[in-house]
Amino acid sequence: MRIVKFVWNWFDEITGVSGWLIPLAKHPVPHARKSAWFYVLGSATLLVFIVQIVTGIALASAYVPSAGQAYHTLAFISSTRFGSIVRGIHSFGASAMVILIGIHAIRVYLFGAYKYPRQMGWLTGVALLFLVLGMAFTGQLLRWDQTGFWSVVIAAEQAGRTPLIGNWLGHFILAGDTAGGATLSRFFALHVFFIPALIFFFIGFHLYLVIRNGISEPPTIGRPVDPKTYRAWYQELLHRDGVPFWPDAAWRDAVFGLLVIGAIVALAVVVGPPVLGKPPDPSIIEASPRPEWYFLWYYAVLSVIPRWSENYVIILGPAILIVVLVLLPLVAPKGERSPFKRPWTFGLVAFIVFMIAYYGTVGHVAPWSPRMDAPPLPDEVVGVTQGPIAAGARVFHDKGCEYCHKIAGYGGIRGPDLSYAGDRMTAEQMETRIFSGAPNMPSYNGNITQQQLSDLLAFLSSRRRRPPPAAPGNADVK
Amino acid sequence: MSADSIHDADDNPAETSRRRFLSRVSIVAGSIAGVIVAIPSVAFLLGLRKVPHVWRTVGKLEDFQIGSTVKVAFLDPSPLPWSGVTARTAAWLRRESAEQFIAFSVVCTHLGCPVRWLPGANLFMCPCHGGVYYADGTVASGPPPRPLTQYPVRVQRGCVQILTSPLPITT
Repeated sequence: MRIVKFVWNWFDEITGVSGWLIPLAKHPVPHARKSAWFYVLGSATLLVFIVQIVTGIALASAYVPSAGQAYHTLAFISSTRFGSIVRGIHSFGASAMVILIGIHAIRVYLFGAYKYPRQMGWLTGVALLFLVLGMAFTGQLLRWDQTGFWSVVIAAEQAGRTPLIGNWLGHFILAGDTAGGATLSRFFALHVFFIPALIFFFIGFHLYLVIRNGISEPPTIGRPVDPKTYRAWYQELLHRDGVPFWPDAAWRDAVFGLLVIGAIVALAVVVGPPVLGKPPDPSIIEASPRPEWYFLWYYAVLSVIPRWSENYVIILGPAILIVVLVLLPLVAPKGERSPFKRPWTFGLVAFIVFMIAYYGTVGHVAPWSPRMDAPPLPDEVVGVTQGPIAAGARVFHDKGCEYCHKIAGYGGIRGPDLSYAGDRMTAEQMETRIFSGAPNMPSYNGNITQQQLSDLLAFLSSRRRRPPPAAPGNADVK
Repeated sequence: MSADSIHDADDNPAETSRRRFLSRVSIVAGSIAGVIVAIPSVAFLLGLRKVPHVWRTVGKLEDFQIGSTVKVAFLDPSPLPWSGVTARTAAWLRRESAEQFIAFSVVCTHLGCPVRWLPGANLFMCPCHGGVYYADGTVASGPPPRPLTQYPVRVQRGCVQILTSPLPITT
């Protein structure tokens, strides 16, 4: 014991660590009282980032960032007991970071904590938000299965919509003319070196600002921020009512952090890592790339907007989001902080959360995607096994109608449900539509034989809630 | 030099001027060092890999039936040794007549998902947003802004060959 103390004293004397570490740990923070648990979100994001570093290093020790081998190394990692858990932690940790940094930003917005003197805290936070999203995207891609591969192509196509430099930018993302050997290494460098370096820088700056300007006090109605008097008032508040960060505030960070990390590890053990898809072979055409859940809402928005606006939304959408987030603390640096005096903040947050949840759900269902794996309609749905109706049901599948039109629960939902098409349309109306097509339906003019057409019409006309009224002479038809 | 010459400098024009000069020397030296490292690094990053256009044989003439569209796979013109399966590329090849072929890129012109050929329907369909193309590659319905990109094809000594091209990006 005496040796430990001796070594510590020697170390401290020549480094002076305790001289800055102890005051730093014990720096006074406002006594947040019943708002105190709102202040754990930023530290939880940081703790999960550390989890990502630890698990990321563990994964990188076995991952080979080579376009031809990455997939196999991931399969190897997943095949080992702890490798699978580490992958699971890294994956759920990525989701947790996106969620936590999002809620943290919402909390800061609701509390008006981006106002003077903490504008730069908000701006560095905005940078971190986009860097975390960048990590999420590049990380999903490093899985380098089929979805990972096509994600690069889709990203390049989206970047291609940029005016003037689109083509260059698209190929810059691919690192050349084609997606291949050079592409993955570039995303590996982004995910493992470049973006993390920026994150380290911005976290350092962000934390420095927290110490320099002090953590924001919980907002109080009727106490607006006045830049002229705020700093002196804040110092006086700390002096009058402050508590030391360590341990009075830090214990909540530690407990909440443990809960979050415990949940991540539990999910990793119980649910496991995301399943590896097919290998990243571009000649395997059967691919339906989908983004991870945190980008599903954006995928959905791009899919439901009017087609003419697509080019603008792909480029201007994220640009406007960045501009709005950057302008917020610059145009509203003072005044009331309490959300109860800024009631639109609740409305805006509710709107954003609703949009992300709603469009995330829509993106999950992806009604615009044809169901290309729809099986031929079973006999019990068709009702007969021979004759024109049965032949028409086969045409309905073979011509791809079923991929977009649902019948009795089978098929896609891009077009109208045709389970009861016979109740709604006459054969002539159907024929017209089949020949003319529609903005989202191809014309089959010249692409269907007379026999196929008459079978198809017989089948579709037979799709009724009630059988048609029996005509005289047809009395034996049930 | 005395210990308090730091403080004297403000009153000493020669010392002030000397220190301004030394500050500039330091900044210029640092900037030059930064630039000479940054130039090759950034240039390397921005330098995109150009691949030569090469005719790749995808099969014998008699392997393809007139009027049918089939998937063919061929290798990148100059695959990197570590490219593995990603060096492969697929195309949809349609034999129009005895000597005439059309080859389509599988990359949807909308957002780049791989389109599939529906032989029964004579249509290409994209699984992502339901873009549909006719057999000749023109847009039948859905969001694609332009027809499927075509690769040049030729028949050489009984072999069908496709000219490799950069991945098409819709701008």
